[in-house]
Amino acid sequence: MNWYIRGLALAVVFFNASGNYFLSLGMHHLGAMVFVSPASYITAIFHPAVLIGVALLICWLIAQLSLLSWADLTFVLPITALAYVCSALLGAFSLHEHVSLSRWCGIALIAGGVAVVSRTRAATGHPMYRHPGNPQ
Amino acid sequence: MKWILVGIIVACNATGDLLNSFGMRMQGRVHDFAPSGLRRLFHTLVHNRYVIGGVAAMAVAFFALLSLLAISDLSFAVPATAASYLIETVLAKVILKEDVHWQRWLGAFLVAGGVALLAMQ
Repeated sequence: MNWYIRGLALAVVFFNASGNYFLSLGMHHLGAMVFVSPASYITAIFHPAVLIGVALLICWLIAQLSLLSWADLTFVLPITALAYVCSALLGAFSLHEHVSLSRWCGIALIAGGVAVVSRTRAATGHPMYRHPGNPQ
Repeated sequence: MKWILVGIIVACNATGDLLNSFGMRMQGRVHDFAPSGLRRLFHTLVHNRYVIGGVAAMAVAFFALLSLLAISDLSFAVPATAASYLIETVLAKVILKEDVHWQRWLGAFLVAGGVALLAMQ
């Protein structure tokens, strides 16, 4: 795995987990008001925590798109699943949500899946990766 | 309501990921992460209809996620929306013609199983 792919994968995980954390913080503060009317979505967007979450998720989108330019979707998806582990840990330790034994087992399985996939080649021999100026 | 939102998020995430992956293959590898490079990338991406479609699908998933986060815990909402792993692996093999060998299948199954366990109450 080259350094571009490692760096981009780390960026994807970080921006995704932190973005979802701030969104959750903001949406818990606002409660179920988002169902009242479409305008309430606009109000929700301007909550400071939601704004930070949206900014982080825009960074996540850029990192994710860049990573997809380097690697297969079936490589990117399991690798970036580490964001779910980070989200669960943030939920447990920062938002004080309950994490049961089954959830800890889930975290271990995801880590195992990431370890298995990270040993494979990031981009398989698809012709689209072989055009001039874009070598394997 | 909770599970309807999960369904919308899964469908839109799968569509978005497939379109983005296809669009970024056409785009070529991104090397330049300086502000000027990112500006150039943005200008080319706004003309890439696959990426535009992918981002639109992800925007729908995002608003559904906002609604889901308002009525459920983060540790339920985020993992429950990841049920698309196996669906996306199949679609990537069939549509994107990716070489999905046993290690990737094993990884996808482990992650999907882990995500299912994370979503359990």
